[in-house]
Amino acid sequence: MPPFFGVLFDGLAYGMLLFLMSVGLSVTLGMMNFVNLAHCSFAMLGAYVTVTLMNSFGWTFLAALPVAFVAAALASVILERAFFRRFYNSSDLDQCLLTIGIVFVSIAAAAYFYGTDEQPVQLPIYLRGSFDFVGLNFSVYRLFLIGTALVISIALVMTLETTRFGAQVRAAVNNQRMARGLGINVDGLFAVTFALGSGLAGLGGALAIELVGLDPSFAFTYLIYVLIVVSVGGLGSISGSFAAAMVLGISDTAGKYYAPALGSFLIYLVMIVLLMWRPTGLFGRR
Amino acid sequence: MTTQTLAGSHDVLRAQIRWRWSEVAFWLATLLPFVLAPNYLVLASQVAITALFVLSFDLILGFSGIVSLGHAAYFGTGAYTAGLLSVWGWGEPLSGLAIAALAAGLFGYLTSFIVARFRHLALIMITLGIGLVIEEVANHASWLTGGFDGLQGIHTWPLFNTFRFDLYGYTAYSYALVVLFLIFLVARRLIHSPFGLALRGIRENGQRMPAIGAPTRAHIRTIYTIAAIIAGIAGAMLAQTTETVSLESLGFQRSADVLVMLILGGTGRLYGGLVGTIVYMVARDQFSGLNPQYWYFWIGLLLIAVVMLLPNGILGGLTLLARRLGMKP
Amino acid sequence: MSGTALSARGLNKSFGSLVVADDVALDLPAGVRYALIGPNGAGKTTLINLMTGMLRPDAGAIFLGDNEITALPPEQRVRLGLVRTYQVNSLFPHLTALESVTLAVCERRRVARNWWRELTAYSQEIDEAHDILAALTLAAVCHRLTRELAYGQQRLLEIALALATRPKVLLLDEPAAGVPREESKELFAAIAGLSRDITVLFIEHDMDLVFRFASRVIVMVGGRVLVEGTPSDIAADQRVRAVYLGKSHHG
Repeated sequence: MPPFFGVLFDGLAYGMLLFLMSVGLSVTLGMMNFVNLAHCSFAMLGAYVTVTLMNSFGWTFLAALPVAFVAAALASVILERAFFRRFYNSSDLDQCLLTIGIVFVSIAAAAYFYGTDEQPVQLPIYLRGSFDFVGLNFSVYRLFLIGTALVISIALVMTLETTRFGAQVRAAVNNQRMARGLGINVDGLFAVTFALGSGLAGLGGALAIELVGLDPSFAFTYLIYVLIVVSVGGLGSISGSFAAAMVLGISDTAGKYYAPALGSFLIYLVMIVLLMWRPTGLFGRR
Repeated sequence: MTTQTLAGSHDVLRAQIRWRWSEVAFWLATLLPFVLAPNYLVLASQVAITALFVLSFDLILGFSGIVSLGHAAYFGTGAYTAGLLSVWGWGEPLSGLAIAALAAGLFGYLTSFIVARFRHLALIMITLGIGLVIEEVANHASWLTGGFDGLQGIHTWPLFNTFRFDLYGYTAYSYALVVLFLIFLVARRLIHSPFGLALRGIRENGQRMPAIGAPTRAHIRTIYTIAAIIAGIAGAMLAQTTETVSLESLGFQRSADVLVMLILGGTGRLYGGLVGTIVYMVARDQFSGLNPQYWYFWIGLLLIAVVMLLPNGILGGLTLLARRLGMKP
Repeated sequence: MSGTALSARGLNKSFGSLVVADDVALDLPAGVRYALIGPNGAGKTTLINLMTGMLRPDAGAIFLGDNEITALPPEQRVRLGLVRTYQVNSLFPHLTALESVTLAVCERRRVARNWWRELTAYSQEIDEAHDILAALTLAAVCHRLTRELAYGQQRLLEIALALATRPKVLLLDEPAAGVPREESKELFAAIAGLSRDITVLFIEHDMDLVFRFASRVIVMVGGRVLVEGTPSDIAADQRVRAVYLGKSHHG
């Protein structure tokens, strides 16, 4: 496969993954300005739940995916109710510190229960391997990933644009005070959105295992990428997250393939330049 | 206690900057390791060096409100500069310190132009990005930095041609402690100067500052450069006393640790950073046998506890306690 | 040297389809007290933001005296003497009143960047800050943290901060907003006590203040200047009554 298209394809798949993991954080940050750095811990939770179901209980991969979503969503609801809501008016720094503390605890917990080795996972036969089409070679799993992410993205956009719930979300992100004034139950809305976003992260985490591997440091390593996507894309913007995730996914893959000496270098530089040009993100509010 | 007279106001302000007995006691206590724990002088010197680094971070985070996740870049620059000087044949400590300070300061000055222009999430991400970029550059320029293995062949000449840096750590701790104290005096003066007041103004309400005619960006550039110089000095001392420099000196881990130590001790108090460093590093040394995962478990709980219960860190808690007991801290 | 302290021509500003300033022109002669009134959303605070440089106009020019200041950043306009206060207190919560005003004085005298001398050595600046606070009856509380002051005292501190910059033109955004009746006496005295050298424009909804302090009134509606005149002219103007005054209390 000519490297260019291969890199593009792989980059797209990676970008889709990043999108799934980031979109929840972008919307909740835009809506409540709550900096939840533990977002990727939910992704990691989804991943470990999937692994446990598959390896210890014999479930199939596809059956485990919805459970990953639900588990992460549930965990986020519990944390939000019990914990986070007291800090909605705290400073950025306090929220960062609080949620980083949770990240550390989650990493330690993962190491305790699962050890520090990478978790093995066996994809079902129909998701393995690759096939040729019009002279190009496509990995089945990456196709599956892109397909799934696209379906979810479309569902998200449709929900946002056509349903009443979506309209309320858009209003709350745009101007929280006014949305409350209009009688929208912003707190309840946020709880639902938060659960949804965390669930998507959990799903993304489960899907990521095959692509990037799973070990306890996952919650932290991917946090940085997710933060890049969210800050570059613009808080509260689904299209922003999508665009930024694509740019990031493709640049990172391209960088690693064409200029391995630059390594991760490239995306950090891209991020710095993009943020300097548009500090509130590509699609953020000015 | 309020005063209406003009002279009274001057007295109140002067009283605020007087040396308290607790401060004097603190600095006298730093001499104790020589007597009470001579086997731990190497650790003590590392604590002093890290405390200097945390002090520099307090100047930008605690006093000016600049949230940076990449401050280790300047520490590492100082470390590598001093290390390289030694590797290339010049191991004199004090001049090495000066040159490293210059290098870190220059780097800080250049990046300050970027940092001063941004706030909130963009600032956090940009400082994080700068730190990560520097780490990657250092990693890939292994011909210069030794890459993953670090710099080899550092040998620090005796201080003033008499005091050798040895395994016992007398020289190392004396050196680090004196430098820390001298720079602390400078920082203390800065905090109590008009510039210090301006920095607190920026922290309290950055939006209002231009409305009273303040050149906010210029102020931020100044303090950021000063903080970079101090961080560079700390890094240089690390290179000189341990005779090693590795990538972790400018890694994200170090930037994150300095944040934890400052928050633990309490921001915006100068002494908070020092106390936080002592507690953190002594604890880490005691639990060094522990699996690193478990160490971060406790640090995680600690962060959560500090945010929920002790928002101003240890010193904040102690101040509250002292007030309740009727003492003046 | 013209007698105009502050003027603007053709100021335009829109956010998408929302027009907040529509070809606004202004001419404030030196030393006059102007009141700017209008219904909520008329663009009054926006106008102040445009004048002070917090907001960039889409078109138009602003002059302070004879100098064009349209392209200058906010802190430079302050240095030239154009200063504003905020409708919602924008103060330094953990600084004392004295520290806050001293800071403003130090910035004006360009000594705020001095980091090698203790603040206590700058007795001139501290004295000046103290005098400003004393004139606004805040001397007794000058060592209290801003966040511990009563709301009325905080509004006075807002004005103190502005005065510390030695303004030539002072834009007060609803100085009496939110101040309970018991505390507004000092506030009114402070505004009355403003030196005649300072040109003052204040936004107000409180008609008491408007009739007491303003010699001329500008009425804005929907981003546009509707009419300008003496307070009695404005009170009698049918258009103004219809839009704004015709509702309640005074008239």
